[in-house]
Amino acid sequence: MLILECPCCGVKAEETELTPGGEAHLKRCGPGSTDDEFDGYMFARANPRGVHFERWRHAYGCGKWFLAARCTATLEVFGTYPAQSKQPPAELQAKIKARRPGWEGWT
Amino acid sequence: MAMKRYSVFAIAREAMSYHMGWERAWRSPAPKRKYDAVIVGAGGHGLATAYYLGKNHGLTNVAIIEKGWLGGGNTGRNTTIIRSNYLQDPSAAIYEKARSLYETMSQDLNYNVMFSPRGLLMLGQTEHEVRGYKRTVYANNLQGVSTEWISPRRVKELVPIINIDGPRYPVLGALYQARGGTARHDAVAWGYARACSAMGMDVIQQCEVTGVRTEAGRVIGIDTTRGAIDCDKLGMVVAGHSSVLAEMAGFRLPIESLALQALVSEPIKPCMDVVVMANTVHGYMSQSDKGEMVIGGGTDGFNNYTQRGSFHHIEETVRALIETFPMISRLKMLRQWGGIVDMTGDRSPLISKTPVEGIFVNCGWGTGGFKAIPGSGWAMAELMARGASPLAEEFSMYRFREGKFIDESVAAGVAH
Repeated sequence: MLILECPCCGVKAEETELTPGGEAHLKRCGPGSTDDEFDGYMFARANPRGVHFERWRHAYGCGKWFLAARCTATLEVFGTYPAQSKQPPAELQAKIKARRPGWEGWT
Repeated sequence: MAMKRYSVFAIAREAMSYHMGWERAWRSPAPKRKYDAVIVGAGGHGLATAYYLGKNHGLTNVAIIEKGWLGGGNTGRNTTIIRSNYLQDPSAAIYEKARSLYETMSQDLNYNVMFSPRGLLMLGQTEHEVRGYKRTVYANNLQGVSTEWISPRRVKELVPIINIDGPRYPVLGALYQARGGTARHDAVAWGYARACSAMGMDVIQQCEVTGVRTEAGRVIGIDTTRGAIDCDKLGMVVAGHSSVLAEMAGFRLPIESLALQALVSEPIKPCMDVVVMANTVHGYMSQSDKGEMVIGGGTDGFNNYTQRGSFHHIEETVRALIETFPMISRLKMLRQWGGIVDMTGDRSPLISKTPVEGIFVNCGWGTGGFKAIPGSGWAMAELMARGASPLAEEFSMYRFREGKFIDESVAAGVAH
């Protein structure tokens, strides 16, 4: 069972309390962007087999969105962090790097 | 390379030598240095693609590469349902093509795939669902797909074990496709593999692709755990791992990989000779030839490559099915398993050219690929051999950019 700690309310929530929200840190395209850029933003996904950053909502808890780093090949959870983050916190990146030496890093 | 045909006479002949003379159904060759076309993924879709490349287009210098064992992915993990009652025209066309090919597949392949057109019901359990399915019936009639809307009484006649006036999920009628049904999933992969091998193609198992080599935007070959293989054309038919392979080739797909689960009960006496799908409650059920009740559920919502899903989905599926089929409440469940399905935004597949010249992709079948295997292979082979296929035209990966969705996610509810 997947358990994520909500960074907003601190509850260790199991997955029936949570709603998945897909890939995190997608860069929204602005006016004047090409069709290809919008296509990439709206539909193309990294969908990696390994380290994945994603959005979650504590739907049956505090109701807030947050972000999580998780391994899609093992279901290991590296950590969660606030939804307002522009990128994963440095200590979380270091932790992932320690656990997954082959990880190419945050790009 | 002539393959010995299976027949009643062959059984009699082999009986003379105590059945010790049967040869292997397909060869296990070492990979050659170069092929005209390489198909990655020896599941149903990949093998069907190779088969129709040979049969319809005369291309037999083909290898089918498989990282695990033949048919060991979603081909061996699905609930074997075959139907073609889709709402949108492009979907109905390709699924109906597949369903019609299933009817003669055992004869075509000289391999018994146990296709059983036993009839398939999709229950309408809410007013909205009733309206949606009636619309599908009208669409199917226009598409030449034979389906009908039937009353609750008729449902009860077809499925005596069903509870049609359940308090929460009453059965208000059903979309009935009399020619839908099931087939033996492993046999589909085995039959295609045998036929491909007989045409001189190489089915190479235990061979994982580690890289895709390109030159000036064109594919020139792949690297595998059994050495480099050159090819002019590359077909990626790897379902849940499509994004991983696309990454090797340097592009992204509109795909997310999720876990989908199924389970079977202990075997019981024959009690239900049709397939029943209940999309409101995310469950579907049929009885296998061994007597097990085969039950499928919904997908998890989060990206996952582990081939195991969340327990609460099984619980939800079974809980809801018990209300519709009270007698299964005492059944013990024997096995449960998961597969990784490749979901697109509109829940329709991709059979498409890609940004890399010579690479073709066939994926995105999501939760319902088994039923499409022959049609998918037919269209993919045509696309790879001729550069275009009428069946595949609408399933381009560029349809998202153009806004030309084939929206079956609304049309089909969840399981399809």
